[in-house]
Amino acid sequence: MTVIHPNMADEGAKIRARDVCVFYGEKKAIDNVSLDISPDYVTAFIGPSGCGKSTFLRCFNRMNDTIGAAKVTGLIELDGEDIHGNGMDVVQLRARVGMVFQKPNPFPKSIYENIAYGPKIHGLAEKKADLDVIVERSLTRAGLWDEVKDRLDDSGTALSGGQQQRLCIARAIAVDPEVILMDEPASALDPIATAKIEELIDELSGRYAIVIVTHSMQQAARVSQRTAFFHLGKMVEYGPTSEIFTNPIEERTKDYITGRYG
Amino acid sequence: MSPITLILIALGLGLLGWLAGRAKAWSFQSSDPALRPASRPIYHAWYVAMWVVLPVLAFVAAWSIIAPNLVMQSVLATPEAQGLTGLGFERDAFLGEARAVALEQSPGVFNDEAEPLVAPFREAFGYYNTIGIIVTVLIAIVGGALAFLRLAPQFGARTRVERTVLMILLLASLVAILTTLGIFVSLVFETVRFFSFVSPIDFLFGLKWGPDTLAAPDAVDPSRYGAVPLFWGTIFIGAIIAMVVAIPLGLMSAIYLTQYADPRVRTWIKPLLELLAGVPTVVYGYFAALTLAPMIRNAAVALGATNASTESALAAGIVMGVMIIPFVSSMADDSMAAVPGAMRDGSLAMGATKSETIQRVLFPAALPGIVAGVMLAVSRAIGETMIVVMAASQSANLTANPLEPISTVTMQIVNLLTGEQSTDHPATLSAYALGFVLFMVTLALNFIALRVVKRFREAYE
Repeated sequence: MTVIHPNMADEGAKIRARDVCVFYGEKKAIDNVSLDISPDYVTAFIGPSGCGKSTFLRCFNRMNDTIGAAKVTGLIELDGEDIHGNGMDVVQLRARVGMVFQKPNPFPKSIYENIAYGPKIHGLAEKKADLDVIVERSLTRAGLWDEVKDRLDDSGTALSGGQQQRLCIARAIAVDPEVILMDEPASALDPIATAKIEELIDELSGRYAIVIVTHSMQQAARVSQRTAFFHLGKMVEYGPTSEIFTNPIEERTKDYITGRYG
Repeated sequence: MSPITLILIALGLGLLGWLAGRAKAWSFQSSDPALRPASRPIYHAWYVAMWVVLPVLAFVAAWSIIAPNLVMQSVLATPEAQGLTGLGFERDAFLGEARAVALEQSPGVFNDEAEPLVAPFREAFGYYNTIGIIVTVLIAIVGGALAFLRLAPQFGARTRVERTVLMILLLASLVAILTTLGIFVSLVFETVRFFSFVSPIDFLFGLKWGPDTLAAPDAVDPSRYGAVPLFWGTIFIGAIIAMVVAIPLGLMSAIYLTQYADPRVRTWIKPLLELLAGVPTVVYGYFAALTLAPMIRNAAVALGATNASTESALAAGIVMGVMIIPFVSSMADDSMAAVPGAMRDGSLAMGATKSETIQRVLFPAALPGIVAGVMLAVSRAIGETMIVVMAASQSANLTANPLEPISTVTMQIVNLLTGEQSTDHPATLSAYALGFVLFMVTLALNFIALRVVKRFREAYE
């Protein structure tokens, strides 16, 4: 049984998920999850390893399609439009819903080409000058411009781990998405790089709807305004971050928050 | 007495040593049950057996080279051999005959002059065989006894056996390396001899190939040994036509197999594709010569070409290209599979389609490995012999028309070495020079390809 805190009811929904189940072959990885993602806030998914939070995140841009054995049922809407519907092109969906992965995965291309990749394939820039503008704007928003502006032709893989991850965020921003999904974006980084990423998430919130999966409860508390707690493929509790952390309703949430398991 | 007998004796004694060593090791244990021996009895057994067999093997190897010479020397020293007359090769023939009779490989002599030599041969063989057996047994017993005496409860037989195993493995791998070196050295010698007749400049840059096999060796016309038409033919068939076929087909099948094929389809198609590499090249040769070449000629004639040949470069090149598809595709397959999945996910999550992802991310990332695969395939193609022998032409034309007959380095080597000339004739020696050039080129290609692959592997680790 899912507990949803009452004072979120009147918020608009960027993404609306209803009765979503995900199966890996016979195994049910996500069991009947329904929730609304607010356009104005950062939403965090927390829970112990294997609880299905990453799997659920990957439903929003249909990345589970790339896994042959995975099957998604239920309804997911982006701005009221069914993302599995006939009118929805998965390529367009992913341009609107960007994603940042757990391990930084810049392409083995130059920094410039990494950012220009998305705008090029989606035809967002007619001229080289337009592309230059997009590259600079994306890198600036990702807080990376000052560090790399003199070496845009260097390989993206030559950057440090934290810079690579911000490069990946800049790459996602470059196509001007509406939602950014982040799958444990700081788990492979050191504390200083992590702090920079968290700062960046803060700056980006409001402009984009952000959903972040995280292992670290402190991180969820720091960066998010909404938190959903997942356990064994079910969403246990969903509410404002401050309430989830200070005043959880469910016993299991309380146990996890206080470190009794996880 | 053949080396086999000596080896069998050694193995028999080795077995005895093995049993003796084990028995002694058991006796340690039973005499003091509290004892914790350094090695299990089996290692003591192997230690003794090794010391029996390995020195004997070394002796047999040396003896099988020395003994025939000793026999021959002692026969030549006898009065019967002193009386032998005639030319060098006649004497050799008589000696060979007598030797064969003495070894009971042939029933009797053909030339009467050989008859008196049979008895000395028999005597010498008997004498040296006895020596061989005695020495073998002595070595085995001495080696075994020394090893046996060293056995003690705390003796580290286990580590010594381990070290010997290592040495044996090292020797085995050295065999291949030494063989390659041997090939290289022998090629160099013959090539140098050839260059004493024809200068390297004439050979490497001359434009006309037509060795005069009937000319006297000291009156060679260097202008007939220009190998450029052959180098060109080799490159044209092996590196151009074959690659035009193999690279696109190989890459596309690799892309299909790694990116699109259902795993079940993949498990069927991949081995089938690799089966192509196992088809004997002579079968490809038949296909090229009997099926494809006439088809190409007929098609060309129908289209109005007048000089189309049934020995066209095109037929040989196309079939060769098909033959090396698996080389290209399996290397491309491996290097695309080595590109981290995160890279692919990153591109897909940006909203790229599958083919955009392949074109813009996977393919560039896998390119070094693909290039290396192509280079290996080229080196395989230019060294390929059977297909060109069957489908290409004897006449070394310097032409870029794929419908004309053209010859290759490997094909000329076959012709020159299967001819009737003496092995000292420059025409025959030129085959070694051709082989040497081919060897160097393929070696360089392989070397570069392996370097590229290594670099590429490191990039993702």
